[in-house]
Amino acid sequence: MARIDCNHIRHAYGPHPKSDKDYALKEVHHAFEDGGAYALLGPSGCGKTTLLNIISGLLYPSHGELLFDGKDVTNLSTQERNIAQVFQFPVIYDTMTVYDNLAFPLRNRGVPEPDVDRKVRETLEMTGLADMAKRKARGLTADQKQKISLGRGLVRSDVNAILFDEPLTVIDPHMKWVLRSQLKQLHRRFGFTMVYVTHDQTEALTFAENVVVMYEGEIVQIGSPAELFERPKHTFVGYFIGSPGMNVMPVAVEGRSARLGSQTIELPGAPKAGVTGAIELGIRPEYVRLGASGMPVSIRKVEDIGRHKVVRANFEGRDIAAIVGEDEDIPADPKIAFDPAGINIYADSWRVEMGG
Amino acid sequence: MERTWNNKAWFMVLPVLLLVAFSAIIPLMTVVNYSVQDTFGNNVFFWAGSEWFEEILHSDRFWEAMGRNLVFSAIILIIEIPLGIFIALNMPKKGWGVPVCLVLMALPLLIPWNVVGTIWQVFGRVDIGLLGYTLRALGFNYNYVNDPFDAWVTVIVMDVWHWTSLVVLLCYAGLVSIPDAYYQAAKIDGASRWAIFRYIQLPKMNRVLLIAVLLRFMDSFMIYTEPFVVTGGGPGNTTTFLSIDLVKLAIGEFNLGEAAAMSIVYFLIIMLLSWVFYTVMTAYDAER
Repeated sequence: MARIDCNHIRHAYGPHPKSDKDYALKEVHHAFEDGGAYALLGPSGCGKTTLLNIISGLLYPSHGELLFDGKDVTNLSTQERNIAQVFQFPVIYDTMTVYDNLAFPLRNRGVPEPDVDRKVRETLEMTGLADMAKRKARGLTADQKQKISLGRGLVRSDVNAILFDEPLTVIDPHMKWVLRSQLKQLHRRFGFTMVYVTHDQTEALTFAENVVVMYEGEIVQIGSPAELFERPKHTFVGYFIGSPGMNVMPVAVEGRSARLGSQTIELPGAPKAGVTGAIELGIRPEYVRLGASGMPVSIRKVEDIGRHKVVRANFEGRDIAAIVGEDEDIPADPKIAFDPAGINIYADSWRVEMGG
Repeated sequence: MERTWNNKAWFMVLPVLLLVAFSAIIPLMTVVNYSVQDTFGNNVFFWAGSEWFEEILHSDRFWEAMGRNLVFSAIILIIEIPLGIFIALNMPKKGWGVPVCLVLMALPLLIPWNVVGTIWQVFGRVDIGLLGYTLRALGFNYNYVNDPFDAWVTVIVMDVWHWTSLVVLLCYAGLVSIPDAYYQAAKIDGASRWAIFRYIQLPKMNRVLLIAVLLRFMDSFMIYTEPFVVTGGGPGNTTTFLSIDLVKLAIGEFNLGEAAAMSIVYFLIIMLLSWVFYTVMTAYDAER
């Protein structure tokens, strides 16, 4: 296992990139620590798969370099980099048995047959495929096939990292959960460096210790699930993570208060002086309190989603969402208040630090 | 469920029934008729029973033609299938080369069969044909009119030129349907070029290959037009395939009874072989 450094990596698919728009990956400068479990989270087309393929060597970056444990591997082939990758759709060798599928990467590398047998048996045990070792791989279910794909990575004890490209796309919902927890277990037991690409926030937040959120070819925030939730660095992170996403509304800031229409909102601190650009206030629905005191709103609809209710309301001419407990009543003359702990201020979509 | 019975519905299938009757069943029955009767002209027919069939099955001429057919089909499959796979593997997968290659590949398939025969008949002539003349000029004693070996080579090369494209196009369709992830995974697994072919490309082409083998076998087993135009079955009988022999027998010698019996045997053989292929294919599918 290795630490992976991305040094100022940029990538464009076209041959002559001129402006920033031509880059699928604008600039990524980040280190994936040895033994870490990372999720690359973002919408389709944000560059997360591009970044993954650059790490695995399937793509050669237009600029920048890639280091494994400090060693430059930018010019090495996929095979020489010694990584494992699990793809969106299970890739298995149809005509081989499960056993032979797992043995394939070792045999290709000329590993002696007794060692192959030992490693394959270990891996079969690890992935829970032991009782179907002798079966042809093509008759298996999607989740078993995906385990074979994973197993072909695990079987090589010296892999630098295991990369996942939306590996649960074709798996049934109840099996997704099982596979995800098995992956987590494998990570805990063996400490592989894992990078997991997904557009599903639940998958990212439950799998990874560190979530890397990407948006339009850039990393917008790296953090633990809690950090991403409490302090989204970019309004996109606010929208993208959480359900429903963060409420974002344009405001005018004066000292420790923000004005929105006829309302004034107290801030937990004063934003740094000299902040310019479009100023917005972001607050998650979880921090919007609905009650008898505060600022007046008119409720449009209430969605009861089981564990809690999502209230969609109109506040000073804008849509706002609030989350209230399943048993709480909706007041007849509803008013809202913002919990200061959940308030973030953004200038041109990027979060502004607030002083005490 | 309640079903509505309406016997007028039979009228709906009547046109198709009539069409099939006129185009297939009636001609076939005529052939059956001829195969069990004999005539000395004047539209007077005598019952001959299985006489014609016995004659055909005991005739060396029939079995020799059959042997030629089988050898021809075997050679065609041995050359065209691997060659088709090889060309398909080397065709570009994207870019401007794709339409160019596809059009080039489709061209021979678009030429009418007798025209293909005429092209090669002229092409191979030693006096005015580019191929024949060049070979002569290079010192080869090439002459498809006199030399049985040269005639066979010409007919085989012509068929390869005409039909390999079909195998190429079928294989190509199978190849482009393989997702990129397979090749990427193979790279990561350190697979050699041969291993990629053996474990990814070949299994994915399996179905189209079976269809290609079936089509090429049937067509080559029924070949008529091209060798008829080029060699007319000669020199001697060396390129007389079953279909050519059948026409000689029926139209050349006006031996309708024997020709009819031969058609039926020929037809049954093709049916039998189709059935074998069909069974093999479905058995393969069931295993999947």
